[in-house]
Amino acid sequence: MHNIFVYCEIDEGQVADVSLELLTKGRKLANELGCKLEAAVIGHNLKGIEKEIYPYGVDVLHVADDKRLAPYTTLAHAHLVVDLFKKIKPEVALFGATSVGRDLAPRVASKMKCGLTADCTSLVFGDHKDNKSGKEYKNLLYQIRPAFGGNIIATIINPDTRPQMATVREGVMKREISDKAHKGSLKTIKTDEVLTDELFPVRILERHMEKKKINIKASPVIISGGYGVGSKENFELLYELADVLGGEVGASRAAVDAGFADHERQVGQTGVTVRPKLYIACGISGAVQHTAGMSESAKIIAINNDPKAPINELADYSIIGNIEDIIPKMIKFYKQNTK
Amino acid sequence: MSFRIIVLAKQVPDTRNVGKDAMKADGTVNRGALEAIFNPEDLHALEQALLIKEERKDAEVIILTMGPPRAANIIREALYRGADKGYLITDRKFAGSDTLATSYVLSLAVKKLAPFHLVIAGRQAIDGDTAQVGPQVAEKLDLPQVTYTEKFTEIKNKEVSIQRRLERGVETVSTPLPALVTVHSSAANCRPRNAKLLMKYKHARTISELQEETKDYTEMLNNKPYLQIDEWGVADIEAGEEQLGLSGSPTKVKKIENVVFAAKESIVLSSEDNDIDRLMKDLIDSHVVG
Ligand SMILES: Cc1cc2nc3c(=O)[nH]c(=O)nc-3n(C[C@H](O)[C@H](O)[C@H](O)COP(=O)(O)OP(=O)(O)OC[C@H]3O[C@@H](n4cnc5c(N)ncnc54)[C@H](O)[C@@H]3O)c2cc1C
Ligand SMILES: Nc1ncnc2c1ncn2[C@@H]1O[C@H](COP(=O)(O)O)[C@@H](O)[C@H]1O
Repeated sequence: MHNIFVYCEIDEGQVADVSLELLTKGRKLANELGCKLEAAVIGHNLKGIEKEIYPYGVDVLHVADDKRLAPYTTLAHAHLVVDLFKKIKPEVALFGATSVGRDLAPRVASKMKCGLTADCTSLVFGDHKDNKSGKEYKNLLYQIRPAFGGNIIATIINPDTRPQMATVREGVMKREISDKAHKGSLKTIKTDEVLTDELFPVRILERHMEKKKINIKASPVIISGGYGVGSKENFELLYELADVLGGEVGASRAAVDAGFADHERQVGQTGVTVRPKLYIACGISGAVQHTAGMSESAKIIAINNDPKAPINELADYSIIGNIEDIIPKMIKFYKQNTK
Repeated sequence: MSFRIIVLAKQVPDTRNVGKDAMKADGTVNRGALEAIFNPEDLHALEQALLIKEERKDAEVIILTMGPPRAANIIREALYRGADKGYLITDRKFAGSDTLATSYVLSLAVKKLAPFHLVIAGRQAIDGDTAQVGPQVAEKLDLPQVTYTEKFTEIKNKEVSIQRRLERGVETVSTPLPALVTVHSSAANCRPRNAKLLMKYKHARTISELQEETKDYTEMLNNKPYLQIDEWGVADIEAGEEQLGLSGSPTKVKKIENVVFAAKESIVLSSEDNDIDRLMKDLIDSHVVG
């Protein structure tokens, strides 16, 4: 009762990265409240999945294993989660802000008549006093997220309804094993007793999933290009620099929209959040929606021919000039001065 | 019975184009200075409805929006593009609604328009970026939901097939009708205004707008009843007041901080060789790279 709950999503037979990140956050929140961390995995062929999950500090793992439950469909998963919530009454419930999580969580929240905050970038406990009623609340979950196209940062709370639900995007929280030897207890959900045909109105006729190709999040060095790079051909310069520096190539949305780079490389509010050791922003103006995803990089270099570009204010070094000119010089110096 | 499609569309501030004029001196955004537009993904939703209307002569497209009186603008925009009718759900008591309260109101309005075959919403609105209202309306109406629609691959009387755009792939599903679907930005763009429809609906107004214009409109509405945009308030949809606005919203905004373009101590370099060389040397020496 009143524990922290995480919905674990399965991706290509494994627990999705975002779920492991949420378990890490969930463990910390549970420690703060002095409560347990519970999780659920819903899918098929889940034998042994607990071995992947327990090291993140899960105390109780609920498993629903049934061939009708994979691939994911909304109503069946929502039904199982709502059923579970009614039983275990979690204080906080976290979902990945993925295609699945953002389909599932609102349906569950509507059924539970509780609040849900999408795409949180930070979750902390804090107190609250309602000005009207004077009522005081201890340890509410502050759900912090950008809104209004990233132009404001809002702190949202759900004072009176439970669970306090939130979704979080992949890469926003850190992932850390809490204890390799930790073991929780396993609770099997008897799917035959709860799943009825009415829960499967939507039938999957066909599915083409692409393998995850690029993961720029993990790279210590990111060379990102924006609309100012000018063309797909010019992006080759960025790949070359990334190659010599041992990094990955990122992009702004304007560059992705223009077809200069794949969507998987997009950094920012609607892309991935990165915090590399070094972020080089080439031909990127520095709109908040972009900087929301990279401002925590340890070192930032901006290359822009406009001295007034907002990105320069965020950068540790701003190089004023054209990328066509500057990047080859960087490559040349690096090659000459390292082995 | 016609094949009734209800499109949910929202008027939103254009947060994508926060230009210099919308910036205040302190580096924050002046929200009042942003233009009110048709939420982009809702235009994609409207287009899906209009495509079905082209395929099925018995289809009827109704546009529903909840918002302040000026949201009537997007109903007109939809009429200019081929929607048949629009309803503006407006009441002061709706102010401050979060997604749960909003979906409650929208679900009541949709119910009043039953029987229908499809409810089509955008995936998400650019002001809040929540993508919650679609699934929540579906839950309140106990309808199956199909999110992230890219296109309809088959339309039958009692079933449709839909291609969905997922993070890393596509999926084709079928759902019985009635159902609620949300439409992704990768779906077809909305057609532009049609010149004939623009002429026809240019004077479409809600009663409150007509009252403000003070012209005598009774004759106009008698001759051309299609020019009236219906307005519904709390009483029309028989909403429970405790489920509306701030009191019906479980989420509360505790704090809002404006994002300020924070200036940081930064070193400005030129593209001259010696500047670049010095920078690269710094990076190598400090082990940031290498
Ligand atoms: C809801 C929402 C979500 C969004 N999410 C994201 C997101 O996740 N990520 C994201 O990036 N954006 C996002 N955006 C878009 C964002 O607002 C900006 O439009 C976008 O980041 C601008 O990209 P840009 O800087 O590449 O292009 P521009 O703003 O066009 O800037 C190009 C820059 O290149 C410079 N330049 C031009 N030529 C050269 C040259 N030869 N050499 C050097 N410099 C040159 C110019 O001076 C300029 O500063 C979002 C917007 C909205 C509304
Ligand atoms: N006030 C509203 N009136 C009509 N439709 C809405 C309203 N709010 C949200 N919607 C619909 O729900 C979708 C998702 O909105 P949101 O959950 O706010 O991101 C939008 O794209 C619209 O189709």
